[in-house]
Amino acid sequence: MNSFNDIFETYNWDETKASIYAKTGDDVERALSATKRTLEDFKALVSPAAAPYLEQMAQISQRLTLKRFGKVLQMYVPLYLSNECSNICTYCGFSYDNKVKRKTLSPIEIMQEVAAIKAMGYEHVLLVTGEDNVNVHVDYFKKVLELIRPHFAHISMEIQPMDLEDYQQLTPYGLNTVLVYQETYHQEDYKKHHPKGKKSNFKYRVETPDRLGKAGIHKMGLGVLIGLEDWRTDCFFTAVHLSYLEKKYWQSKYSLSFPRLRPFSGGLEPKVEMSDRELVQLICAYRLFNEEVELSISTRESPNFRNNIIKLGITSISAGSKTNPGGYVVEPESLEQFEISDERSPSEIARVITAQGYEPVWKDWDKCLA
Amino acid sequence: MLKIADKIFSSRLFTGTGKFSSSALMEEALLASGSELVTVALKRVDISNNDHDDLLLRLKYPHINLLPNTSGVRNAREAVFAAQLAREALETNWIKLEIHPDPKYLMPDPIETLKATEELSKLGFIVLPYIHADPVLCKRLEDAGTAAVMPLGSPIGSNKGLKTIDFLEIIISQSNVPVIVDAGIGSPSDAARAMEIGADAVLVNTAIAVSANPVQMAAAFKLAVEAGRMAFEAKLASPVLHAIATSPLTSFLDE
Repeated sequence: MNSFNDIFETYNWDETKASIYAKTGDDVERALSATKRTLEDFKALVSPAAAPYLEQMAQISQRLTLKRFGKVLQMYVPLYLSNECSNICTYCGFSYDNKVKRKTLSPIEIMQEVAAIKAMGYEHVLLVTGEDNVNVHVDYFKKVLELIRPHFAHISMEIQPMDLEDYQQLTPYGLNTVLVYQETYHQEDYKKHHPKGKKSNFKYRVETPDRLGKAGIHKMGLGVLIGLEDWRTDCFFTAVHLSYLEKKYWQSKYSLSFPRLRPFSGGLEPKVEMSDRELVQLICAYRLFNEEVELSISTRESPNFRNNIIKLGITSISAGSKTNPGGYVVEPESLEQFEISDERSPSEIARVITAQGYEPVWKDWDKCLA
Repeated sequence: MLKIADKIFSSRLFTGTGKFSSSALMEEALLASGSELVTVALKRVDISNNDHDDLLLRLKYPHINLLPNTSGVRNAREAVFAAQLAREALETNWIKLEIHPDPKYLMPDPIETLKATEELSKLGFIVLPYIHADPVLCKRLEDAGTAAVMPLGSPIGSNKGLKTIDFLEIIISQSNVPVIVDAGIGSPSDAARAMEIGADAVLVNTAIAVSANPVQMAAAFKLAVEAGRMAFEAKLASPVLHAIATSPLTSFLDE
């Protein structure tokens, strides 16, 4: 078996979807009482049949998360480096065909943004770019990592999928974590949403975590963009992907995100709506399925939702985020990738976390650790 | 009294600093535990600015010795590097060696741990390695110059108790260095049991930090460890499953 694609090709979307929707209350109860839960249990937990069991799921999720992670929440913040992009993605503000002013931060501008982020208290940063292999390539990333590594304990990247050799070149520069979201595992829909650019190659993207694993990356983040397709089926494939990766690349850590499609100027309306209740169901289902995986929530979600989700299974949270390059100080008015729903500052979020009996953790890695 | 390297400990309860809901609560719980050896993950503290690190400031008591740990490293090379940084920043040559390349179950790597122990003890470190309950590995670590061994009771953070008890008993019976049961201790009774079978100390973190009342739980562990040690020293009577009335096999000798 060479990559996840070999496993993925044994599945059929429609059959998988039908099997999720066919799950019954009995299946859910079996899943709830199991100690080690299988992919079939996960199907039951994300199925409509699990809706009446939400409180029970939340209680188990809370208990499992406390046992593994304790009463702490990891704080992180994105730093958008560039909005240049050669892809067309129908749902994204940075899409090639979206006529916006393009910007890639210069070293001086990056350091201005870094100073602003550090002033908020952050030690963990997530670097974000579009997919532009002309200006924003492996050499650019090397320079950026060299520049910012002394200032952060932990660096993650959410950038274009790269070749194995590129990742191997970046890890000595302090790259610890890479997030690469599949957007959707529905192949035909994937093609519809990504008609142009390197990203239109489904297989290259779906095999990216394999390349990350081979490069020995410490942590990788998976997820789909919720709203493009049936979320239950898409998240089931995320779980399949996670299980495969954990067994094969056992030295890597994993995190999951569950971004819901947010509006941007001229953007796409979600094909599928996911309610708050359903998002809680998904978060708890992920936790019940996998006790060790990190679960991350961004400022896409509303303040009220974020306040209440803290105790239910989440392990990391962003705050004070800007989703435009230069958004902190350099060019605060430039176009953002998506609208922020929770505008509260990191210190306000930290107070919310503390008030719930949890400790906000700003540093949980060290640059000395490889 | 327990002696590890050149230090004497009156408390046999070692503790950790992770998973607490606040550093203030951690401080209070650690004081209630009476613990004199507290492990701190290097990655959690700001070693470049350790005079201002909130977590470290909470541990500044004369009776508390810091035991920096290498959590996060994946091999011996990284562990040695991290230990050297910890020594420089925290001014202690004690190191809890944690090498778990497997981030899911945090299982310790015996091969890399042995390599790192050899190297670190040559460099003058007091090495306390976190390991599986593997009796042969313990002997090999002794040869490598380890100051103690820290076998796990069950997977770290699992609260499952002494799943490895048969191996712990072998380790204890043949060890020339202190044996500290490190992971999986979920309740004071687990800690007492570890002490009853002759462990020199236990290390507890999750069970205290994640309980509803960490301060009270820390006090409970303190008592349990003391009781278990006292029972060990008083020599437990062996459990007997049935009454011994006659000696059917050997009574002919008396005839």
